[in-house]
Amino acid sequence: MLDLQGFGPQIAFGAWMTVQVAVGGLAIGLILGLMGAAAKLSANPVLRWTGQGYTTVVRGIPEILMVLLVYFGGEDILNRLAETVGYDGYIEINVFIAGITALGLSFGAYATEVFRGAIQSVPVGQIEAATACGMSSRQVFLRITLPQAMRLAIPGLGNLFQCLLKDTSLVSLIALPELMRNSSIAISNTREPFTFYFIAALIYLAITCVVLVGQLYGERWANKGVRQANS
Amino acid sequence: MNWEEIIIALPKFWGGALLTMELVILACLAGFVIAVPVAMMRASQNWWLRNIPLIYTFFFRGTPLLVQLFLFYYGAAQFDVVRESFLWIVFKEAYWCALIVFALNTGAYTAEIFRGAIQTVPHGEVEAGVAMGMTKSTLYRRIVLPRALRMALPSYGNEIILMLKSSALAYTITLMDLTGVTRTIIARNYLAIEMYFTAGVIYLILTFIFIQVWMRVEKRLLRFQNT
Repeated sequence: MLDLQGFGPQIAFGAWMTVQVAVGGLAIGLILGLMGAAAKLSANPVLRWTGQGYTTVVRGIPEILMVLLVYFGGEDILNRLAETVGYDGYIEINVFIAGITALGLSFGAYATEVFRGAIQSVPVGQIEAATACGMSSRQVFLRITLPQAMRLAIPGLGNLFQCLLKDTSLVSLIALPELMRNSSIAISNTREPFTFYFIAALIYLAITCVVLVGQLYGERWANKGVRQANS
Repeated sequence: MNWEEIIIALPKFWGGALLTMELVILACLAGFVIAVPVAMMRASQNWWLRNIPLIYTFFFRGTPLLVQLFLFYYGAAQFDVVRESFLWIVFKEAYWCALIVFALNTGAYTAEIFRGAIQTVPHGEVEAGVAMGMTKSTLYRRIVLPRALRMALPSYGNEIILMLKSSALAYTITLMDLTGVTRTIIARNYLAIEMYFTAGVIYLILTFIFIQVWMRVEKRLLRFQNT
């Protein structure tokens, strides 16, 4: 039943592309998440409201709408802008960039909340101690807050990454040649939808398992310095 | 922003939003019916009872919803056995496929949420029930389930919101839900930003309404807690 009819390399390439999209989205999302958390925890009310608005809006609309909005809407905006400055060609957005931007935007909104929670659970006494030692606020953040917040944020970020991994299938709808898209192409040639979508499902499961194991090791590594009660 | 075009399109958006709400409500009801027995099996002491439903929850939680939709809607047609049987009446309709897949998907997530809750029901309460001479089914009906479902309310609410957002994928198998309608409108007036923006606002409104309702449900069901 699982006869690939020569589409094996294409599926493998698609799987590799899926991993690239997931990692790209993760990179953008982590940066946005840190910025969002910094904005939400800042003393400046404008920054706080911006952070609040970002998380509320992005977490409330479907990921697929985000992908479509960034790809088609982004192209629309660029072309309208180009028209006002007198450029009359048609600008096209790179699918990969649009895909990882859209996924990163929604990952970032959830990551903002994870980071905010983690940063807030670093004891105030430690920050005061660091300040008393004469560290600048940047040093306090890099040396005291961030390493400890990372430890607390890993479980939450791991779960988010699992979701992101599954959401990468959405960029197939804007024709980025990743796992789902390549499976669909194979299907239009072989007319065996079940076989190829089932293989795609198994590959997603395999990637998920790898991420789960990675998360386990990451947590163990980050918790090295922490004493845990045995139950 | 072209507000005039948005107002002209509003009735169409309303039709799409209705289908989205219908799909989400039916899928969540069916998902709940699936989740409760699966969660009870997952929380059981018996190795087989505990691990056989794991195949179901692992598959549906580990693969993208889009793959599941395509597997059911396009995949089922690959087998002549399915096409010639009575099942074809169900599988040839995008509506039923979407509903079944959404229900199975949310059922898998909900089952794991409920399992976690069942396992955190305080031991003392269960032991007290046993000491009163309750049978297993009475114990579950009167003590464990009412207690566990209440504890699971916040995460269950999150899961329903995620389902509302995932339901946007229904358009990929030709259904005219909110996203599907948006795309047909854009195909006519080419106003991508305005129309996706409007759809986003409608999703936000739906989420907002749901959160308000859910907060009331939580307040009512947990009214014995003095907070």
